Amino acid sequence: MTSLLYIRLELVRTLRNRRFFILSLGFPLVLYFVIAGPQRHVRDFDSTGISAPLYYMVGLAAFGTMSSMLSSGARIAAERAVGWNRQLRITPLPPRTYLRAKVLTAYMMALISLLALYVAGSSLGVSLQAQEWLKMTGLILVALVPFAALGILLGHLLTPDSIGPAMGGGVSLLALLGGTWFAIPAHGFLHDLAQYLPSYWLVQASHIALGGHPWPAKAWAVMIAWTVVLGVLGARAYRRDTGRM
Amino acid sequence: MTPRAASISLRRDATIELRELVKSFRGQDGPIEAVRGIDIEISAGETVALLGPNGAGKSTTIDMLLGLLAPDAGTISVFGDSPSEAVAHGAVGAMLQTGALIRDLSVRELVAMMASLYPRPMDVEEVLDLTGVSEIADQRTNKLSGGQTQRVRFAVALVSNPELLVLDEPTVAMDVEGRRDFWATMRAFAARGSTILFATHYLEEADAYADRAVLMAHGRIVADGPTTEIKAMVGTRTIRATLPHVDVDVLAELAGVNGAERHGDAVILSCTDSDAAIRALLVAHPGARDIEIAAAGLEQAFLALTGDAAGAPTARPSAAADRLERAHMAARTMR
Repeated sequence: MTSLLYIRLELVRTLRNRRFFILSLGFPLVLYFVIAGPQRHVRDFDSTGISAPLYYMVGLAAFGTMSSMLSSGARIAAERAVGWNRQLRITPLPPRTYLRAKVLTAYMMALISLLALYVAGSSLGVSLQAQEWLKMTGLILVALVPFAALGILLGHLLTPDSIGPAMGGGVSLLALLGGTWFAIPAHGFLHDLAQYLPSYWLVQASHIALGGHPWPAKAWAVMIAWTVVLGVLGARAYRRDTGRM
Repeated sequence: MTPRAASISLRRDATIELRELVKSFRGQDGPIEAVRGIDIEISAGETVALLGPNGAGKSTTIDMLLGLLAPDAGTISVFGDSPSEAVAHGAVGAMLQTGALIRDLSVRELVAMMASLYPRPMDVEEVLDLTGVSEIADQRTNKLSGGQTQRVRFAVALVSNPELLVLDEPTVAMDVEGRRDFWATMRAFAARGSTILFATHYLEEADAYADRAVLMAHGRIVADGPTTEIKAMVGTRTIRATLPHVDVDVLAELAGVNGAERHGDAVILSCTDSDAAIRALLVAHPGARDIEIAAAGLEQAFLALTGDAAGAPTARPSAAADRLERAHMAARTMR
């Protein structure tokens, strides 16, 4: 219970970092209007059966929320660099609470990014039923679990200098191969590769909204596999980094 | 008896014990032995200074005591618990040698945040007041001066209301006024009955603020006792004077002098009692001029105590200290 204040102040702290906040929210929004704006009347984007504003809304939400989740890694790396983690290690703060606060902060940023894109999408004519919004949001949040683990892994593995490029490159590549910028073709190498990426299923959440294909068993298997692997690696990086057994 | 009851009864007549502690780091030219088998016992309520020059192994010892580093050999007991157990119970508060604060919180929020992690924290306002940061309590942690940051770091250490307070060279980055305030606060805190261990390379700090000093040099303990004894032991002074044509053996016989050497026209007397020595010198040799009396540096005193000065090239100890410092920093940045 004592950890509530700790977690609350971690959240407050993140919201107060205005430069970080504006950049991480603003960038996906600007991209959305630049790309989806001119195509706002396209009803069937790349024969996906989804309008361009909806497709790009979810595509850029994937991009924005992935960035938000990984940004927790950047904050961890920065705090490690100034010795704050050594200070925390001489407090009774349980690793569980420390990690929970980091994951919650990441999710809070992701949710804000998501809501901003929903508003932007609505302004370009995206209109869904309440149930569809909820379903889509739920799937996106689930698809972000492996990225929470990835953020912790990178934060305890990299330095503040190297984490920027690692995150920028990683998110861009995952977004590209996941279908943020263009629809992944229904066949071929790219299709086969994308099936194994969590970012692909993140973008696919838009299909669900229209009552289309739900996530197949394969999507869940991919998500669970990524979560387990990154979770184990993240826990190992944390332990190695802090010397906790 | 349940394990819980056992641990409580152990904590009653508690002491801190470091036994045969050994730690080395990987260096460029082979392992660097930072701590080479030390034993320290501290009773509850004692204020102990860990005194030694840079590279003596003080920080390594403290990191092991706090559970930040695992010793290669030896055991540590903090009130009957392992260091990490003691930390988990909230029994330990510490101000590390280096470290910044996290940004985007006010000073008050940061101290309250840390207080929330402990089972029996001190009142936040009381700590802000005690450490002299009440006036900057609403300022953001990333807008503080160096001295203010140090005070806030001290507040963070104190708010845990620890049974054991550990301070690793706390005044290194402070100005004179900052130091005075800091030690006044520490004294006020010590009066509450906490056990305090602080590392320093200033003999004056150990003398003024500790009951007892443990002297470390080259990873070993070279002396351990009441600060008055330690001061007498390392507090030697030297008298330097221009005094040609006098045999140094004669000078070494003077009251208060325990050694003399000649450098050209100048002589250097190392003294156990420089007051007696200067009187005796001027009576016996009124021609002495250009007289300087200086306190021997702690490092010199340690070298004399450990006997390393004899024969060893003077560059060696400090080079070793540099290497240890680098290895230690490398070990820290890794985590």
